[in-house]
Amino acid sequence: MKDYNKLIFEISKEGRIGYKLPPCDVDNIDIREMIPENLLSKNDISLPEVSEVDVIRHFTLLSNKNYGVDTGFYPLGSCTMKYNPKINEDMASIPAFSEVHPYQNEKTVQGSLQLMYELSEKLAEVCGMDQVSLQPTAGAHGELTGLMIIKAFHEKNGDLNRKKIIVPDSAHGTNPASANVVGYDIVEIKSNDKGGVDLDILKSVLNGEIAGLMLTNPNTLGLFDENIKEISNLVHEAGGLVYYDGANLNAIMGKTRPGDMGFDVVHMNLHKTFSTPHGGGGPGSGPVGVKKELIPYLPVPMIEKIEDRYILNYGKPLSIGKIKSFYGNFGILVRAYTYILSMGAEGLKKASEMAVLNANYMKSKLKDYYYLPIDKVCKHEFVLGGLEQGLSEVTTLDIAKRLLDYGYHPPTIYFPLIVDNAIMIEPTETESLETMDAFIEAMISISKEARENPKLLKMAPYNTIVRRLDEVRAARTPILKYTKTI
Amino acid sequence: MFPYIPNTLQDEEVMLKSIGVSSIQDLFSDIPSDVKLDRDLNINPSMSELEVQKQMKTLANKNKSTEELVCFLGAGVYDHYIPSVIKHIISRSEFYTAYTPYQPEISQGTLQAVFEYQTLICNLTCMDVANASMYDGATACAEAAFMAAESTKRKSILVSKTVHPEIRKVLYTYTKFKGIELVEVDEKDGVTDIVKLKELVSDKTAGVIVQNPNFFGIIEDMEEVEEITHKNKALLIMSVDPISLAILKTPGEIKADIVVGEGQSLGNHMNFGGPYLGFMATTTKLMRKIPGRIVGQTVDVDGKRAFVLTLQAREQHIRREKATSNICSNQSLNALTAAIYLTTMGKQGLKEVAYQSMQKAHYAFREISKLEKFKPAFDKPFFKEFVIKGEQSSSTINDKLLESNIIGGYDVGIDYSGHKNTLLFCVTEKRTKAEIDQLITVMEGIK
Repeated sequence: MKDYNKLIFEISKEGRIGYKLPPCDVDNIDIREMIPENLLSKNDISLPEVSEVDVIRHFTLLSNKNYGVDTGFYPLGSCTMKYNPKINEDMASIPAFSEVHPYQNEKTVQGSLQLMYELSEKLAEVCGMDQVSLQPTAGAHGELTGLMIIKAFHEKNGDLNRKKIIVPDSAHGTNPASANVVGYDIVEIKSNDKGGVDLDILKSVLNGEIAGLMLTNPNTLGLFDENIKEISNLVHEAGGLVYYDGANLNAIMGKTRPGDMGFDVVHMNLHKTFSTPHGGGGPGSGPVGVKKELIPYLPVPMIEKIEDRYILNYGKPLSIGKIKSFYGNFGILVRAYTYILSMGAEGLKKASEMAVLNANYMKSKLKDYYYLPIDKVCKHEFVLGGLEQGLSEVTTLDIAKRLLDYGYHPPTIYFPLIVDNAIMIEPTETESLETMDAFIEAMISISKEARENPKLLKMAPYNTIVRRLDEVRAARTPILKYTKTI
Repeated sequence: MFPYIPNTLQDEEVMLKSIGVSSIQDLFSDIPSDVKLDRDLNINPSMSELEVQKQMKTLANKNKSTEELVCFLGAGVYDHYIPSVIKHIISRSEFYTAYTPYQPEISQGTLQAVFEYQTLICNLTCMDVANASMYDGATACAEAAFMAAESTKRKSILVSKTVHPEIRKVLYTYTKFKGIELVEVDEKDGVTDIVKLKELVSDKTAGVIVQNPNFFGIIEDMEEVEEITHKNKALLIMSVDPISLAILKTPGEIKADIVVGEGQSLGNHMNFGGPYLGFMATTTKLMRKIPGRIVGQTVDVDGKRAFVLTLQAREQHIRREKATSNICSNQSLNALTAAIYLTTMGKQGLKEVAYQSMQKAHYAFREISKLEKFKPAFDKPFFKEFVIKGEQSSSTINDKLLESNIIGGYDVGIDYSGHKNTLLFCVTEKRTKAEIDQLITVMEGIK
């Protein structure tokens, strides 16, 4: 069934149905008695007409064209594609969690509120913060929320000149984009030769206009910035706050904490570090933790405990306000909470240790075949700079595409921007030595192919359901929906 | 040992040797001692699957779900029927354990499903282009406001007070920080006050946001709103209930420029507030201004039809600080859910859901209106929700209903000080006549 290439609209047939509802058991009255004609649509809606069997076959065949963590190794740097435990899914679908309306009386949702309260306490402990809001829906949403908090803090202090955020050139693209959405100007600083913050450059840009610094540590090269305390001190001395992009938290759980490094605001990605699935691009969850002085600015509502009762508190005059409907991606929170229960303090620490061990192991095996710009102990991921010099014909993209033929999801490529031809590998702790060895073999084999038969790589992949796509055509003459009448 | 961590002690030794260090601790020697955590994390100890299940069930039992209680609560989140097929398809781990489809050759499942989702949203709204979905209906609306400001180069947004209070609050937060003015247009008799709208709209107005059916369940007459908005060269942004579009005049017919909405009711569980999805659609003219992921159709080197993330020049990973939105994901699994829902219910099913919800809501409305102590708050056409004014406080009434295992309506007075003692009820196709009659009986008995 590899060749299945139908759209759902192409298998639609007039008169077919895929559902059955009970008959309407109240007195039916004519629709025009309820709603004036001018408010009704003149057109019949255009949706497919298919049977239940059609629906199941169609989407099952589509799923066969996908690659997930359950399919195989997914060493996508910066994305922490760890295994998604199945008990998490089961717990999230307990009806007493999933069949609950967000506006139900607080008395009837005490279990949900307690779960959220306890999860935020656990997350605060892991990242060394004083309080956590679970509302942000994604990492980028967490950044947005965190930056709003920083802005509100400065404004409250009458510090109105602070209109700039420092972002290193190694940062995730969302960092500068989030700062812009919050109305900040961006000061980009060049990284030092270890991908870390250059202290001299940092000092030269710090002044009364700086609201804060956004940083990932370990940074996007997978390297821990040993100057972190000095960096946060410098920013604080200049009156700024320090923001922690938690994308790389999987490297340090139980080892060190952003709060102890001097960070004031942190976002975590539950879909990375805390094992909730990525869902093909979402839903995720990006809780934000803050130090004590920033607690009043967290989004409303906050979940509070009064004696043995949990409540939603909206009465926070300094809060940045609401950043989404309701209280967060609750279903994702259930999964993360389940994961933390399963792992415990010991397990989270072990996860980070093994994530770091696995990354260093893979680095040690691959550095003789690929260019390694910085050879020092890495954390949970490392960045290669493509093949050795002199093999410029074969690009990082070619290597990634060839990996597809070997049955792997390729690593992150061309990021971070500060390394040419970057190949960013993050094995995570959930992969075995055998899995990594097999992948290493594939990478070595590709490096040989690159030398012996570069043309082979230029046209890869060969074994996938579709081959390289014409992306230019997609962007120049966009076809963004199926246009034939159903 | 931990079931999700496969390394044995022996494996660890092999790896340490290859790296050339003697212990795991050596791999953390780059963390300076003054920031090292020299104690265990103060959280729970590790638990077995059996213990976790037990603890989670204890917690869940402290909730009362809509399986135990009969739900007449809506206000943006709806207890519609969810076909069984949805769970089975979205539980396929090829879908839910995948990342954003950056490698199209091995992500055609997600990509085609999103392409189909985009088509379904376009067909439902009668718009030209839809994105791959956003965090929720409220943030989608905020992104639409930014999009309007960016497209018109104007910096003021008008929003009707009949728009959901949660959406307005999120709009307020987003626009405040971005430096865009947000002005609320008063409500009159349950709908947008057209006179006020006329007064407020100007050549500074980037967009006018109206919800339909509005927060009170009432169907707004969009004709004048559209005229006023477009006369001032502002964009018309509509927030809509997707189920209602099976019956009501579509945003495309109304000539809206940007359409957003909460997609929860398209097959997603209520989940105590999330995850849901926000949908967004627009015109061809504004196609390159739409934020978020978009999937397009193309061909591979062999000429085979295939799908890929496209129009990425708009996005943050290319434009960094120049991107108008910082969003770098969608609610892909929820969008898949919506696509399966719309496909399974199909042309007839969606109409039936809309039609039955409307019939049942109107039946409940007629019966409640007969009660001595309750009367309709407004006299306007409505879809599946309606507002009732009582003699007692809304919380008193809801408490009484809860005693009979009924989740009553939303207390409108919380957000609208002029509407104290009023409740917004919702009736979906899932409610039976017997359940509605029970609601009436209990309400009648409230002293």
